[in-house]
Formats: sequence, structure tokens, C-alpha cells
Amino acid sequence: MRNLSILIAGVGGQGTLLTSQVLGAAAMKAGYDVKMSEVHGMAQRGGSVVTYVRIGKNVNSPVIEKGRADILLCFEKLEALRWIDYAKEDGTVIVNDQRIDPMPVIIGSVKYPEGVIEKLSARFPNVLPVKALDAARELGNIKVLNIVMLGLMAKNTDIPVETWHEAIRETVKEKFVDLNIKAFDKGYQMAV
Amino acid sequence: MKKLMLGNEAVARGAYEAGVTVASAYPGTPSTEITEFIAKYDDIYAEWAPNEKVALEVAIGASFGGARAVCAMKHVGLNVAADPLFTVSYTGVNGGLVICVADDPGMHSSQNEQDSRNYALAAKVPMLEPSDSQECKDYMIKALEISEQFDTPVILRLTTRISHSSSIVELKDREAVPLKPYKKDFGKHVMMPAMARKRHVIVEERMKKLALYAEETELNKIVWGSTDIGVITSGISYQYSKEAFGDASFLKLGMIYPLPEKLIKEFASRVKTLYVIEELDPFIETFLKKIGVNCIGKEKLPVIGEYSAALLRGKLLEEDTAGDNENHGDVPARPPVLCPGCPHRGVFYTLKKNKLTVLGDIGCYTLGALPPLESMDTCVCMGASIGMAHGIEKARGSDFARKTVAVIGDSTFIHSGITGLIDIVYNKGTSTVIIVDNSTTGMTGHQDNPCTGITLKGELTRQVDLVKLCHAIGVERVRVCDPFDLDEFDRVVREETSSDEPSVIIAQRPCALLKSVKYGGLVRVNADLCRYCKVCMRLGCPAIVDTGEGITINDALCGGCNLCISVCRFNAFEKAGDSNA
Repeated sequence: MRNLSILIAGVGGQGTLLTSQVLGAAAMKAGYDVKMSEVHGMAQRGGSVVTYVRIGKNVNSPVIEKGRADILLCFEKLEALRWIDYAKEDGTVIVNDQRIDPMPVIIGSVKYPEGVIEKLSARFPNVLPVKALDAARELGNIKVLNIVMLGLMAKNTDIPVETWHEAIRETVKEKFVDLNIKAFDKGYQMAV
Repeated sequence: MKKLMLGNEAVARGAYEAGVTVASAYPGTPSTEITEFIAKYDDIYAEWAPNEKVALEVAIGASFGGARAVCAMKHVGLNVAADPLFTVSYTGVNGGLVICVADDPGMHSSQNEQDSRNYALAAKVPMLEPSDSQECKDYMIKALEISEQFDTPVILRLTTRISHSSSIVELKDREAVPLKPYKKDFGKHVMMPAMARKRHVIVEERMKKLALYAEETELNKIVWGSTDIGVITSGISYQYSKEAFGDASFLKLGMIYPLPEKLIKEFASRVKTLYVIEELDPFIETFLKKIGVNCIGKEKLPVIGEYSAALLRGKLLEEDTAGDNENHGDVPARPPVLCPGCPHRGVFYTLKKNKLTVLGDIGCYTLGALPPLESMDTCVCMGASIGMAHGIEKARGSDFARKTVAVIGDSTFIHSGITGLIDIVYNKGTSTVIIVDNSTTGMTGHQDNPCTGITLKGELTRQVDLVKLCHAIGVERVRVCDPFDLDEFDRVVREETSSDEPSVIIAQRPCALLKSVKYGGLVRVNADLCRYCKVCMRLGCPAIVDTGEGITINDALCGGCNLCISVCRFNAFEKAGDSNA
């Protein structure tokens, strides 16, 4: 049983909370102690959203600190850059190759940084860029890009596929279960 | 059975297992889900009250009526409910009464960082503080027992990291708690001076008994480790401390008011270095100083913001940690914004265009203060916009008032805006109040409220008619207008601000995130028609992108609301296809 600290970052509305809920449920089913922390309210309105998921034999703090995340799961490039200091030196950074401009960029007061993936890769050996938006589009609903990425991330854990499916069935609204399981499988089978 | 539960869900579960039958609350981050989860239990009556004061009064009534009752609110909500709190401390309870209050250290979604533990001291009410979801459930049950045993309301204090963290909880069955008989009790329930004087004596005696209870209760426990370092802590700080000083000795306080003097002295006498670790105010530390126990606390630790294990290691062990958790270097910030399709966008676009002074309020629409809309001058507390608009008129005169409006949401208006509006009418003000009516309580995640006609349990009910309400309190000029009809809305704003009597504009358009809202089709830019004048950029719509060479629409974000079509004089925006929203 590995101790894992997983930081999930995205833009409000990208399904960061749901992803952490599925992850937490799967880890618990697999016998892990689990602590997760999330932020609601003002932070969600299109802002930067981060959730922390920590699993292991016995977890105290629900918060992950800088330099201590085993995995960064980022649904947007700039958010990966924002939270990159939280990754361990040998941590895995899975980043959706999608750009969503924050308001300061939209109104022209700052520039969206160029070459984000290259910057990340220069600092960390294990950066995996993913075209999750395209994958989700192929499934007919761009909103499931989060679960596609969760599927990809799941390979870094020892939690069996069937446990993930159960967690999705329990967490996601019934009419979206099949779609999300397909999304998960697509991510799980994705070659990177 | 075990379940991974949000702290707030576990609080609700505790209420369920302990046989609570009545719950009332006003939503507020980070407390909202407590009541939403309670509402899922058919055995508990649960409601949204118009504000926290009413919620607590409902819970007091239920308690006097013999039921176990709870109410829930965020820290600033307890300010609103402080009036009944201080006196229910005197009356005591019949059925157990627990007030859940969630503080927000770090101000993730709040206007201040107050430490509600001070209320326990000031109102002379015991307070418990859990440190994970299991304790959220256990302490709720314990709080109800203490309430009945000591004839007192009990406050269950949470913080964002407890309310909004999840951990594993062992579930049990609901205990059937019979309704206690209701007894008329003049001396206990009617707080006129003669009776209140006698009750105050009882309150002081009660606090002494509770102080003795604090010495014995298993809520406060010592976990011995190395005695080189001793830590006195509670709540989420316990988890951070455990992580930072794993092998130290801990006095973990589950009951943070009243505090156990003897237990603290005993613990302190057996450790070499004593730390008190608590976020925000030196509440525990002040008590230690009072009873003559030396400790290290706020001399090294901040009174501002959240703690973390890294912060403790850095400040107390002088370890070189990776640094401030909130510092993200020069990565462009991503502040929250009004959503694509948000009805408030039309309101603030118009207010900015008219260069008005805008007294603002608390809700999603507070985001109208941020660039590029930047059309909100103030935000103080729930309902403040209206009273402040009146005050600024009385200070600067009615000419100034003609360039001033108050902006308040429908739910916030019901919460505490009505009294401000009555003040304007009564005291001959001329202010214009814009009620942004989006048919929901948006910021806290779409709760129903008295204006929506639906209860917390999802039942249809009578709806407050805002127009009739404003008429009834003496506002004769009441206009209802769609803020996306930009020309009409602009005309109405100019007419009402220039009138020399009080007026209300109800800007009516539902929140774009409501399921009932279906905008048809995405918008795209016709590059041939676009003159790149950037007027559309003034809307602050996250879906409109300035590439540096022209304007495009981000079709993953566009909700198809068409507001950009309305502002473009060159007809460069056109409908493209199906909406993702």
C-alpha cells in the first residue's frame, strides 16, 4: 500500500471536485485511509480550483504542501504552472494540453505564458501532456475530460479498474455513469 | 458501515444519528452543505431561513418545544444570530440545541477572518471543535448530550478545512429520541430583567460546572510521546501539528470552551517546550497566560491565514521549508469571474457605462467589482448596500444620490436588505436600489430562497413577490427589467436614478447555471465584420478572447447568451451552432 499525495488543479467548472470524489471513493474501497480537501464558493466561479487527495495507511493533514505531491493532475496548462512547486522532484505531472485564458489575460493586463509544457518538462522529468479535450470530444461531451485524465492517472496507483468503475457508479449521477466509465477507460488505455 | 464524508456531511449525519428533528439555516460558505445533507434525511424537518437570526430562533423554538434542534451558519452569520445567541444562553434549552458555525481562516470565500471562538467566551456557551469528519459526527452527538445535561446551547465550531475536507466515518443507526414535554416556564423562558438577573446567576454556575466537566471529558485527551515538545491544539491545527511533530506529546482539545485548567497545567508541567498551535486569535494561549502557564504561540505563529505542517516546521523548528503555500510566483492569477451568460454582466456593464457610484453587497455579483467591469465601490456585509446608499446620500446630498445605486441580490435582499429599504422610505431618502434577481442563491451553490417558491425539501411554496413587497413598504417606483435588454435597462437606470424619490429596479434574469436556462447555440466572430474596437472586451466575458490580432470566441466556454451580439455595433458576432452549456 503506497502513500500517495495527489493534487488536482483546474479552472472552476472543469470538474475538479467530482474527480477528487471519484478518486477518494476508489481509494477507500481499495482499503486506504483517505483525506481530501477542497474549496467551494467564491473560488469556484471560473477561478483557479485545487483539491488535495491523500491516501495511505494513516493520513493526518488533508492538505498537500509544496514539494510533496506524488502526482499533479492538471486540467489546464496555466494551472499546472501555478501548482508545479507542489510536485516532488520525481513526481508525475499529468497536464491537459488546453489553454483557458484567465481574466487578467483576457483584458490584456498580462500575457499567457508561452511554452508551458516545455517549461514544465525542463524542471520535471515526468511530465505527461494529454489532449484530453479532444478525447472527451470524441466521446461526445467535453465535460468528461476530467474523468479521461483520471483514467490516465489511475495507472499510477495499485487500485484495480473494477474498483474505479464502482467508485464512478457511486459518485456520478446515474444518467452520466456509462459516459464517465467510457471516459475513464479511454484515459486508462491512452498511450502517452 | 464506513463512508468517505465531507466534514459538513458528517455533521449532518451526527444530527441524524442523535435524533434531531428540526434544522434551520441560512446558506454560507463553508457551512452550506451541513443543512443540504440534513435535508436528505426524511426524519428531519429542514429549512432555509431568510437569515441566520431567524434560523437560530427557529431552532430555539424547536428546542423549547422539546425537540433536538440544530442550526448552521458561516462565521459572519453568527454575527447576525448573535442577538438570540446571547439570551438563549440565559434561558437554556429543553431539547438539545446545537449551533454549527464554520469559520473561514484564509478567507477562501468570506469578507473577514473573524474567530468565532470568541463568541463562546462572550455568550458563555460551551464550544466543541472537531479535527476530522469522524469527530464532526461524534462531536455533534456529544454536543446535543452536553446541551441537555447542562441546560445550555452548545456551539460546534468548524473551519473551512474541516467542513470541506473528507475523511472516513463509521456510520451508526439513528437513535429515536422522544419529544420532551413542553412546559410553560415564566422564570426560564421570559427574559425580562427580573427573570434574566436570576438566570445570569445560573449561567455563571453552569459555566463552573462545565469547567469541571472539561477536566474529565474524553473530548480533551492527552497523547503522550516524547516530552521534549508538548503541543496544545485543537481542530485542523491538530492534524498539521501531528504531521509536523509526529513524536511529540499532544493535549488535543475537543472542547475549547470552557478550557480545562488542571489538565493544561498537568500537561504543561511534564513537557520541556510547550507550543500552543491554533489558527487566528490566541484564544487558548490567552487562557494559558491567564492561569500562569508559559508557552510559545503567537510570538512565533501568525494570527492571519491558515496554518500548514510546513508553516509549523518553518516557524517553530526553523526548518527550511518550501515556502509560502500561497505564493505562485509570476504565474498570471486566475481570479473568479462572472460566468459566461451571467445575468449580472448586463447590470454592471450598464452601471459602468453610466459612471455610477455603486454600493455593493454579498453574492456572486460582488465579482462585478473586479476588472474589467469594475463597477462596485463597496462590499461590507449582507444587506449593507442599501443602508450605505442612504448614508452616503445623507452625507453628500441628493445630487450625489442621483449618481448612486445600491446593488443587492434577491436572497441577500430578503436576508437583511428589506430593513435598509424601509429606512430609506421612512427617512425620506431618494436612493435607487437594484435587486439583481437571478432566481436562486448563486454563490453558495444554488439554494432556493423565499423568492424562488421552492423549499429546501424541494416542495412548492408561496413565493415572495418583490414588487408587491417594495410597494407595501412605501416604494412607489418599482420597475422590473431584463438586464440583457441593454438599451431598456440603461434607460430604466437613468430614469430611476434621476428621480427624487426612492426607487427599486428588479433586474430579472435567471442564473445561467440553472438547469432551466437554455441559451440556444454558440456565438462566433465574423472576422470580416469585426473592426477590433474591443467594446465587447468591456463585458469581461471569459469566452471572448483577444488574440492580439482579433477577437475570437472560446467555444468550450461560450454559453450562447448573445450579450456580445447586443454590444457589437458592427454585427460581428453571429450564432454558430449548438451550445455546450
